Amino acid sequence: MIRLPLVLFFSAGLFSVGVYGVLARRNAVLVLMSIELMLNAVNVNLVAFSQLLRDTILAGQVFALFVITVAAAEVGIGLAIVILIYRNRETINIDEVNLLKW
Amino acid sequence: MIAQISPPELDFLPVAPELVLAGGGMAIMLAEAALPRVTSRVLLIASLLIVAGAAGITVALWGWDGEPTVLAGMVATDRFAVLIRGVLLAVAAIGAVYGHHQFDRAGERRPEFFPLLLFATTGMTLIAAASDLILTFLALEILSLSLYVLAGFSRRVTASEASMKYFLLGAFSSAFFLYGVALAYGATGTTSIGGIARALSGPSEGLPLAMVAAALLAVGFSFKVAAVPFHMWTPDVYQGAPTAVVGFMSAATKVAAFAALIRVFNVAFLPLSWDWTPIVGVLAAVTMVVGSLLAIAQTDVKRMLAYSSIAHAGFILTGVMAANQEGIASATFYLVAYALMIVGAFGVVLLVSGDERTSLSSYAGLAVRSPLLAALLSLFLLSLAGIPPTAGFMAKVSVFRAAVDAGHTWVVIVAVLASVVAAFFYLRVIVLVYMKEPEEELQPDRSPLPALTVAVPAVATLVLGVFPGLVFGLLETASIFRW
Repeated sequence: MIRLPLVLFFSAGLFSVGVYGVLARRNAVLVLMSIELMLNAVNVNLVAFSQLLRDTILAGQVFALFVITVAAAEVGIGLAIVILIYRNRETINIDEVNLLKW
Repeated sequence: MIAQISPPELDFLPVAPELVLAGGGMAIMLAEAALPRVTSRVLLIASLLIVAGAAGITVALWGWDGEPTVLAGMVATDRFAVLIRGVLLAVAAIGAVYGHHQFDRAGERRPEFFPLLLFATTGMTLIAAASDLILTFLALEILSLSLYVLAGFSRRVTASEASMKYFLLGAFSSAFFLYGVALAYGATGTTSIGGIARALSGPSEGLPLAMVAAALLAVGFSFKVAAVPFHMWTPDVYQGAPTAVVGFMSAATKVAAFAALIRVFNVAFLPLSWDWTPIVGVLAAVTMVVGSLLAIAQTDVKRMLAYSSIAHAGFILTGVMAANQEGIASATFYLVAYALMIVGAFGVVLLVSGDERTSLSSYAGLAVRSPLLAALLSLFLLSLAGIPPTAGFMAKVSVFRAAVDAGHTWVVIVAVLASVVAAFFYLRVIVLVYMKEPEEELQPDRSPLPALTVAVPAVATLVLGVFPGLVFGLLETASIFRW
């Protein structure tokens, strides 16, 4: 039996790795993957809470399924935008995508 | 150990506007694929009919006297949701006309614009009525995903850049939002907004966790409403995205996200209001000051309006932090007024500069070239600055009064100072328009249909400025949440 705090620390760690990835990585695809990591950290949380609370309608687990679906849709649109940028600029380094600034 | 799950009673009438919008969007998408030669004008008329249908059902829902929530507690049926839906549908209709005009004039065939606009509107109206955090998140994603695509809806390189920045920061912020939802679920054992309020109003072990959850949800919402320090995407996206899309999203996204924010914080986290009002107050003060100060430095009209929209997020938060019915009513009135003036202001920008000539200097002498557009622009800018007799003035007065009545005088002092600073950059544009000689050959668009569309929010801005009771009368019942 894995105790709850362990799971919560694990998911908080996973989320932090994702945040670090978004802030530190310059490649748009890797940023996208880091965002996925953050969403999956939340999924771990949701399932763990659902188990702990003995939720009879399993709201947490159902919500995790929704999140997986949304994450898939997000990747679809994200990669499409990355391709669009690549066609226009021949780079997906987000530091070089800088036409707009004050 | 599987509990007996009884299927919930399904009453679809309160979500009928969303069903019409989403169904209509899909129908237009299919029609466009099946009949490749259908013109943009036909699609525009079809979209307007769909929006009108949804609006008709929305009006009928005003008199709803059934359950406070339907579909297993997912959708609220209160009048707040109805009022916000009405505003959003009006903005969507105006946005559809703008989009049709812009792409038609550029000679681009973009039939996907209308379905995406309708899907975005579906998400927005749904988030206003969501009474469960699961639905709030899903609606947030529906509207965001549609808007990421719409922001890149142009061949210009800047549009794809705007789309990418919006996407990366938007997805980043929804992850924070989602983490907040998960912690709220862990703290209270439910994702229902009313259920969270019930769990938190008694003694609860999950209180620290609930506070962290409220903070994370505030971060997620702050990104969507463009509150400082989560505003970085706003100027870039507003400048890069097609002007017609910006007109729609600047008004509608803010209304929808604020509607959800108001509901979540004034229902679910109302028992914690002592903890979150000071934080929202600081957020509001910083947003107003930074938005107003940075707007002064702008040389591009779309960026200037973006910073102005950031500053307005701060004013609306001032109303939200009152955390009572007066605060809700004043913030909602502000949302209505803000939606009207910003959608109108971007409409004028669309007609004067399109996507290309958006530098402020190209507005010099606009009054000579087109007195009508100059007058409309001045009206919207005066309203954004909060000068009577416009809706912007009444909106500012009402949020200030709500905040003072709730005892937050210091925020109102900051807000008044920020308004003074903000008046400077709005009036500077009016001076340019009326008192400078035109420097370059400026050819404003003289098409009648969009000009007529811009006139609608202009009239509404004046009418609400003179008769604010028209909306405040509705808000007497529309500022009460039922859950």
